[in-house]
Amino acid sequence: MEDVNYLFQQCINGLQLGAVYALIALGYTMVYGVLRLINFAHGDIFMLGAFIAYYLISKFNIPIYLVFAITMVCTAAAGYIIEKVAYKPLRNAPRISLLITAVGVSLFLEYFLSLKFLFTANYIGFPRPFEVEVYDLSLFTITNIQLIIFAVTAVSLFFLYLLVYRTKYGKAMRAVSYDQEAAALMGINIDATISLTFIVGAALAGVGGILYSIAYPQINVFMGIMPGIKSFIAAVLGGIGIIHGAVLGGFVIGVSEVFVSGFLSSTFRDGVIFIILFLVLLLKPSGIFGKRIEKV
Amino acid sequence: MLMKIEGLSVNYGAIRALDDVTVEVRQGEVLSVIGANGAGKSTLLRTITGIVKPVAGTITFNGTNIKGLRPDKIVRLGIMVVPEGRRIFPDLSVKENLELGGHAIDDRSLKKELYTLILATFPRLKERLKQHAGTLSGGEQQMLAMGRALMGNPKLLLLDEPSMGLSPIVTREIFSLIGLINKEKGISMILVEQNAHMALEHSERAYVLENGRITLWGPSAEIKSNPGVVEAYLGV
Amino acid sequence: MKFFWEARKVILPAVLVYLVLKAIFGFHLVSGYIEQITLFSFIVILTSLGLNVIYGYTGQFSLGHAAFYGIGAYISAYLSKSLGVESILGFIPVLFLSGVSAGLVGCLIGVPILKLRDDFLAIATLGFGTLVRVILDNSDRFSEILGGSRGFVGIPRITNLELAFFVTVFLILVTRNIIFSRYGLFWRCVKNDELASQAIGINTSRMKLMAFSYGCFLAGIGGALYAHLYTFLHPSNFDILKSIDFLIIVIVGGMGSIVGTIYAGLIWVGFIEGLRIALPADMLDLRWVFIPLFLIGLMMWRPYGLIRKGG
Repeated sequence: MEDVNYLFQQCINGLQLGAVYALIALGYTMVYGVLRLINFAHGDIFMLGAFIAYYLISKFNIPIYLVFAITMVCTAAAGYIIEKVAYKPLRNAPRISLLITAVGVSLFLEYFLSLKFLFTANYIGFPRPFEVEVYDLSLFTITNIQLIIFAVTAVSLFFLYLLVYRTKYGKAMRAVSYDQEAAALMGINIDATISLTFIVGAALAGVGGILYSIAYPQINVFMGIMPGIKSFIAAVLGGIGIIHGAVLGGFVIGVSEVFVSGFLSSTFRDGVIFIILFLVLLLKPSGIFGKRIEKV
Repeated sequence: MLMKIEGLSVNYGAIRALDDVTVEVRQGEVLSVIGANGAGKSTLLRTITGIVKPVAGTITFNGTNIKGLRPDKIVRLGIMVVPEGRRIFPDLSVKENLELGGHAIDDRSLKKELYTLILATFPRLKERLKQHAGTLSGGEQQMLAMGRALMGNPKLLLLDEPSMGLSPIVTREIFSLIGLINKEKGISMILVEQNAHMALEHSERAYVLENGRITLWGPSAEIKSNPGVVEAYLGV
Repeated sequence: MKFFWEARKVILPAVLVYLVLKAIFGFHLVSGYIEQITLFSFIVILTSLGLNVIYGYTGQFSLGHAAFYGIGAYISAYLSKSLGVESILGFIPVLFLSGVSAGLVGCLIGVPILKLRDDFLAIATLGFGTLVRVILDNSDRFSEILGGSRGFVGIPRITNLELAFFVTVFLILVTRNIIFSRYGLFWRCVKNDELASQAIGINTSRMKLMAFSYGCFLAGIGGALYAHLYTFLHPSNFDILKSIDFLIIVIVGGMGSIVGTIYAGLIWVGFIEGLRIALPADMLDLRWVFIPLFLIGLMMWRPYGLIRKGG
């Protein structure tokens, strides 16, 4: 029974991490859909979300739902500004130029924010917004933190689903990711749609940043790098550009990572994720849900 | 006069794709533009819709200068296009494709009205609303592309090679639908075709485009009997 | 011999430069620190040249170049330490072997990933870079000497002016000859249009693999020289930031320009080390605030090269 319990416990912990990855992966996959860009700065938006929440909780002590709301607005604004300032001028440039720019934006955010008078490069303890409670469900235990993570993720996914599949702006987003020119000929404002995609993706990353920091309460300006890359791998695993693929990929990567840490050694967990990436790229570059083999 | 294009020139890099093109579209007419492959027909439509930016000339639509406007602004003024190769969204359903055509229409009741009207015009689409558009046959996809364009409630409809890749029977069906839409709804059209026969048959006036220049224009009946046109485009 | 005869226009000035440097260092006109970064700049030029072959000439974008540099460094250091190599003569086989090992790893990893294009290749090479970093961080599990995350210490200092200078000049000449050979032509074809290259009968996947392996070989040599110049290695010396360094040098110098890479390498090392001297210690972090901005600016105004206008 011990082993079975441990297995279930690792699953729950993996799903907790996977939920955060799923939230980040959505931004990657949506932006890739409309711009064919790996937005390297997306992981830093996630980090920004964590820091904004840190300041809201520790300096202003406001209720947690307001923390979520304000953080989302701020990260969304950051996503919007990054796209307008750094990516839009390169709309007709080669894809590699855009990619290098994204790497540049990412490095800039990290090193700018790590300056002494800003967030510094040190780890900061993230304040717990509420007391931790553990519920024993005989097979495994679950904490109120985990329940909150699952609930917030579910609600976010539900609203994203409504936006993408039930509104004309969501349809416009999908149209732009299939065929930008044809979408423009339908009267869709391409620039506005791209902006909207960045806003939504960055807001979700902001939520991810808060949830991650509640679960792993140590934050740092470089904390977005690895979760960012892993979430991108999750998006590739699910099929880049496909929304439900990103969610599934996020959970798969999260659970795999926790399993490697729990059953092997935590030093190998990053390596294993990249082995997953290589396998996907070699065996099925279009990902689990991808039908069309895209020009990768 | 619905639209007036004057002295329009377009470059693709060092190549001049359109050279000093002047075209007039009258209210309610079907105007055809014929020419060989690469003569600049599609470029003309792509310039009108704002995808391609011209280097010289003016395009006036309903009294407004639309040259250099963004494509989505041009759509909002009432110009819709049925693009070359149809360019439907294959992974979206037929219904979603139609809804996207009405993206620029903010009046909900008008949108509903258009939707019913289009399904009445294209009953075959009505049977396949939930299907992915990519699963439709070539003729059905063409109908979907037309229906999608009509959802934008256009004053001017641009048709780019509607017969492309279709069998003669389906082509005839599509052209009779084009004629029907023009007569019943009074929508003006520019019809760009390689199939000069069909185009001249279904239009009131025609322009002949050769190497980016307009070489001949006039009533379609006259163009049809022009010996040069007969030799070059209508075959024997 | 023909090789040297054809390259006489380069060799004569190179010997002259060497004599001048030798004199400056010999009479201690500059500090040991300047001497060291001069040698380091040759290493950086050599390694960047490898990336220029891969990206600038053949069009295969890599964000993991530093990993191959690191592989060369670690393998050479391991070899010379475990074999007790201390002289230049003994070091030359080690140097060659490290380059070949890095090239071989590049070849093995290249077979699967070079099928990918643009951004997917970028993420795959980035992934490989991270993988190498993870392995280096845990390297003390395989062998105590490697040092893991504590770093690799006690490497003999073998790299001197002669070695760094002449190896770099020699490999620049070799690279130049390859670039102007049939293979170099094929590489440039692949970069311009892969489909068209296939259509005229070029085995594009083999050409990409050759260019990639050769570029990694150069990085491996660079790494080996680096290890025996600084005598201390740490996994963090070979992470993504280092890869970005090489990338910036290639872009600043001009994609597909050897001369540009040489200038850019010199300027870059001079600039970075100069800032270390000019900026007060607490402002040093500002470097990595401005470098990304510079990179973004390059992408907006001169995406193919600043010194030489590459294409």
